[in-house]
Amino acid sequence: MFKVRVIPCLDVKDGRVVKGVNFVDLRDAGDPVEAAIAYDAAGADELTFLDITATHENRGTILDVVRRTAEACFMPVTVGGGVRTVDDIRTLLRAGADKVSINSAAVSRREFVKEAAEKFGDQCIVVAIDAKRVTRAGGSDRWEIFTHGGRNSTGIDAVEFAQEVVSLGAGEILLTSMDRDGTRQGFDIELTRRIADSVPVPVIASGGVGNLDHLVAGVRDGHASAVLAASIFHFGEFSIQQAKEHMVRAGLPMRLDL
Amino acid sequence: MSVAIIDYGSGNLHSAAKAFERAARGMENPEKIVVTRDPDIVFRADRVVLPGVGAFADCRKGLDSLDGMVQAMTEAVRDKARPFFGICVGMQLMATRGKEYVTTPGLDWISGDVEKIAPRDENLKIPHMGWNTLEPLREHPVLERLPLGDKGRHAYFVHSYHLNATNDADVIARADYGGPVTAIVAKDTAIGTQFHPEKSQRFGLALISNFLKWKP
Repeated sequence: MFKVRVIPCLDVKDGRVVKGVNFVDLRDAGDPVEAAIAYDAAGADELTFLDITATHENRGTILDVVRRTAEACFMPVTVGGGVRTVDDIRTLLRAGADKVSINSAAVSRREFVKEAAEKFGDQCIVVAIDAKRVTRAGGSDRWEIFTHGGRNSTGIDAVEFAQEVVSLGAGEILLTSMDRDGTRQGFDIELTRRIADSVPVPVIASGGVGNLDHLVAGVRDGHASAVLAASIFHFGEFSIQQAKEHMVRAGLPMRLDL
Repeated sequence: MSVAIIDYGSGNLHSAAKAFERAARGMENPEKIVVTRDPDIVFRADRVVLPGVGAFADCRKGLDSLDGMVQAMTEAVRDKARPFFGICVGMQLMATRGKEYVTTPGLDWISGDVEKIAPRDENLKIPHMGWNTLEPLREHPVLERLPLGDKGRHAYFVHSYHLNATNDADVIARADYGGPVTAIVAKDTAIGTQFHPEKSQRFGLALISNFLKWKP
């Protein structure tokens, strides 16, 4: 039977985990590879690295992280952050990434999604969408794409954008609610369901997880194929296994292999 | 003893090589893992591995761009009966034809076409991306002692096309995704998995180590 995925996400800056990871005894809580190994052992279904390195010169540090992770972890790894060219994708895939996630480059140049999918296949091209609810006077709410960590509005409708990038070859959507990110109030379920129901590819729900019921809701009510979370796992509040067992109790099909 | 992993420009080469190295390390007489573009090394290898991600036609083109490679693989596997392992598109290339975007000839080791999966349940997404259990249909040394079936271990899939084999006997395991999806094919000394053993954690490594021990 096909299972729902639980995906921990590690924010990496200059080759180090932002804020560290403290759910097991790690020699170095800031080493992304140690964290990846621990999540692999804990039964995570996939792992996502989000590279938030600001300078171009330090971009190489993520490649080293991916390479070392691929030597030690035999699980699917997605890498996002700063992916702008076909060459960026090629070097990440060759270093051992299975999928790359494209964010602002897909907003500024849609054709890039097509070029990437044609070159490497739909299955490894994830488009990361950061969306924010916009209330219009006299009209219904809608969600717009925001870039630069939610600061810049683009005016682009998130549902239409998702459909467009999928038609161009995106094999998966990583959907983050900028309203909920960091709030621990749960996913924006309405947004998640809107997007998940309007594209034929899997949608990963992200942004706002504060407890295990939120993970259940993302799949059951938001129709997401996978759920992504960071802090609830990194600081030992819940283990991957606890999350999955909770989801099983809620009736969701989960992989409990270790 | 050597295992040749064919480098024809496919993206996931590094992961595949590392997984085979890890599986080999656990063996009594570890085999040497060689990543190569050289048909001569493939011809002389004791085992041959063809990884692959991307589109069928693009992968076929990559393989053909290595002068003499298809011939070397065919002679090693078909004439010298060396064990062969095709992964994902590497497995699909074992078919007669691929029908992704355009119709492209495969190696024709397994009679059948590579066709788009069509789950009956329209809520199921394509690609088939994630973990699924395997339903064993036939015994095979590479599956020995692996817990399969609905309560068994999971394998990691990421694909939109699968090998629709003409002969049921060539399919040794399948997955269910709104209908049957071909998961493992095998014929003579060749085996191929639609899923990625190099990404399937402990289960994947156990399967790779069975392959490395296999003496057909």
